[in-house]
Amino acid sequence: MSRQVFEGVKVADFSWVAVGPQVARELAFHGATVVRVECHRWPETTRTAGPFKDGVTGINRSAFATAYNTNKYGISLDLNMPRGQELARKLVRWADIVTDSMSPGAMAKWGLDYESCKKIKPDIIYYSTCQMGQHGPYCRFKGYGMLGVSYAGYCHLNGWPDRDPLPFFNNHSDFISPYYLATALIAALLYRRKTGRGMYLDQSQVEVGINFLAPLVLDYVVNKRIACRMGNRDMYIAPHALFPCRGSDRWVAIAITGELEWHSFCNVIGQPEWTRDTRFNTLLGRKENEDELERLIAEWTLGRTATQVMHMLQEVGIPAGVVQTAEDLFNDPQLKYREHFRYLEHKVIGVHAYHSPAYKLSKTPCEIRKAGPCLGEDNEHVYKNILGLSDDEIADLLIEGVITTETDMPEVLRDK
Amino acid sequence: MAEQEISLLEGCRVLDLADEKGLFCGKLLGELGADVIKVEPPAGDTARNIGPFYKDTPHPDKSLFWFFTNMYKKGITLNLETSDGKEIFKKLVETADFVTESFEPGYMESLGLGYSALEKINPRIIMTSITPFGQTGPYAHYKTTDIVGVSMGGMVYISGELDRPPNRISSPQFYLMGGLHGAAGSMVAHYHRELTGEGQHVDVSCQQAVALSLMVVAEIYDMLKFSYRGMGPNYAGARPGAPPLFSRVIYPCRDGHVFCLITGASQAGMVASSKALAEMANRDGLASELKDYPWQTIDAATISQEELDSIIEPIRAFIETKTKHELFDEALERGILLAPITTMKDVVESPQLAARDFWQAVEHPELGETITYPGYPIKISEFTHRVQRRAPLIGEHNEEIYEGEMGFSKDQVALLKNHGVI
Repeated sequence: MSRQVFEGVKVADFSWVAVGPQVARELAFHGATVVRVECHRWPETTRTAGPFKDGVTGINRSAFATAYNTNKYGISLDLNMPRGQELARKLVRWADIVTDSMSPGAMAKWGLDYESCKKIKPDIIYYSTCQMGQHGPYCRFKGYGMLGVSYAGYCHLNGWPDRDPLPFFNNHSDFISPYYLATALIAALLYRRKTGRGMYLDQSQVEVGINFLAPLVLDYVVNKRIACRMGNRDMYIAPHALFPCRGSDRWVAIAITGELEWHSFCNVIGQPEWTRDTRFNTLLGRKENEDELERLIAEWTLGRTATQVMHMLQEVGIPAGVVQTAEDLFNDPQLKYREHFRYLEHKVIGVHAYHSPAYKLSKTPCEIRKAGPCLGEDNEHVYKNILGLSDDEIADLLIEGVITTETDMPEVLRDK
Repeated sequence: MAEQEISLLEGCRVLDLADEKGLFCGKLLGELGADVIKVEPPAGDTARNIGPFYKDTPHPDKSLFWFFTNMYKKGITLNLETSDGKEIFKKLVETADFVTESFEPGYMESLGLGYSALEKINPRIIMTSITPFGQTGPYAHYKTTDIVGVSMGGMVYISGELDRPPNRISSPQFYLMGGLHGAAGSMVAHYHRELTGEGQHVDVSCQQAVALSLMVVAEIYDMLKFSYRGMGPNYAGARPGAPPLFSRVIYPCRDGHVFCLITGASQAGMVASSKALAEMANRDGLASELKDYPWQTIDAATISQEELDSIIEPIRAFIETKTKHELFDEALERGILLAPITTMKDVVESPQLAARDFWQAVEHPELGETITYPGYPIKISEFTHRVQRRAPLIGEHNEEIYEGEMGFSKDQVALLKNHGVI
């Protein structure tokens, strides 16, 4: 096996839920040693929210909890106990990177904030990520990405102009923030190699979200235009919509971006006369008669499957794509070709799917080898081999409950 | 905080050949301190035509998308399809650290400028290719726009009204996401190069970037064989053997809408939040039926839709009587999981973003104006963020690079210009 890019880089991962763990996962994909710290007494959201294997709740049954922790070791530790904090400090001394995605102030309570960690290890690299950043009048804002994207302007832009705004099931900023942080983190590692200096990275996930809406932010700044949701339409392209296809709730996205594409499109769908029809032969005409145009195109798409429409149009160079469901993603020939989903064996869930990175490195491919850990799965390895504790010490810590074993999930979510 | 300008990638040069699909990658590397040169065809990059425009005036030097995705960059023009253009580019590659591009797969090879050719010129070079579906595979040559791309990545199906088609957010995300993952992959390769001296090719799929952004949508299918579908202003919990449970999350209020989560014990903070929200309503004499409601007993797997609706209805009626501000101020105070649904105006006027010093004023001397941009979303203890450079005008740095750096004479530059090379 060839040397992995981040082999030898050590991460003490105190982060939780989605954003913080994904950053450390990016390094773990390429060989870093990441130890994720959790506690049975306040099991994290991903362990209690599901989806659970067979729909049956249980602290080690959620695929949400495994998804962002590929290739990591998992330990259980009670940070509210003095002995727990002592062990955490030991882990910090071992680490190159400490991670935090708690609400601002939480890590300080345990003596694990940046300033404290810097005293333990002067060249530590430390990142914090939360909705609003560590300072400012709203920094105490607690919450998940769906609240952050609401505050960042996303929901107002999602949905139909004649209806209420729509939520983001995927908490969009939760899945762009990690990559911003990963790029800065890798640069910080290299900076430390050169200078011997660590650093502190303080990310606001709301600010990340706003960056991804920048053209519309600027449109307000310079033109005072307040952008609004517009269904599936686009200011500059027509037709630009989702069209119904054969089957239940099946759709294809089509966008015609220029005159040549329009002519090819009319030929493929058997309506060459539309290129001469005064309603549709110009872009301005297509924009003005968009409702009518969408209705007529739908008559053609309805008789075909979304996949058929996509292939027919792509064959002549027209942007068209199936509105893919989760099931479609697993069957998508391109994602299969790219080996996007990888299958790993988890001790409780069994063999299940994991995402791989969106990029392929030609000489140092990622290695996806270990399922997200059960809570405390790697206690023995980490406490013994990484922190150097003896069997007796570990036994004492278990008896004292510092290394936790007892689930304290809400009654309704207990293992059944 | 030290007064040093950000320079994590100081001394790294990026040759940015990308169009709309990959421009954001170069911007992110520039944001970390790299010296990014945007290399455009002599007529200007097609991304310069993307609206909206400054003062609503369509012009290649006034696209707001271009402004944002090309901050920090210098700009030169170069026609890579001419022999002179290729030679000049190869010369630039000798001293560069990264090449970013987003041409159709195979195009760079057809010019003799594929990774295997560039690697021979400079073994340290990292070439990052950002395309909708990656360099190879059955869809590698498929065309996309934003709506086609995010549909193929699975993001569109999970949003929308039940009685209408699914829908895309009205602000393009597809290529920004590809650029973001391109920057991440470039940095992993950069780390390897700094340790070993070995460059490589980074092959990015925007579709995979989207697939990675779906939270647990793939996992829900993997576990329960249920494909999540947008459910209007609700979340829908998948329940094996039972219909999905609809939980409303978008609520109209007096001056707009708020997002609010009201459920039981499955997520951290939820019980305390629901309790505090009910108390807030009780104080106004509303939602009295929720006084002392046993929030911790809610089990999302078994609660009936009627029961959940009977909780949500009085909360909805209460929220309707308040403004976004009134609700959010108290939500912050009491740890209630509620946030206002903001417009771009609200975002620009946010006191939090002002206090974080988020906004960056960037001078546009060509417009006689300073424009406020969204800033870098990470504060770094060692550095203050460096003074930003606005996006380049077409060929703005030709003289600096071709004459000053590469040593071409004015006559040579004139000759190249005359023949459409630059």
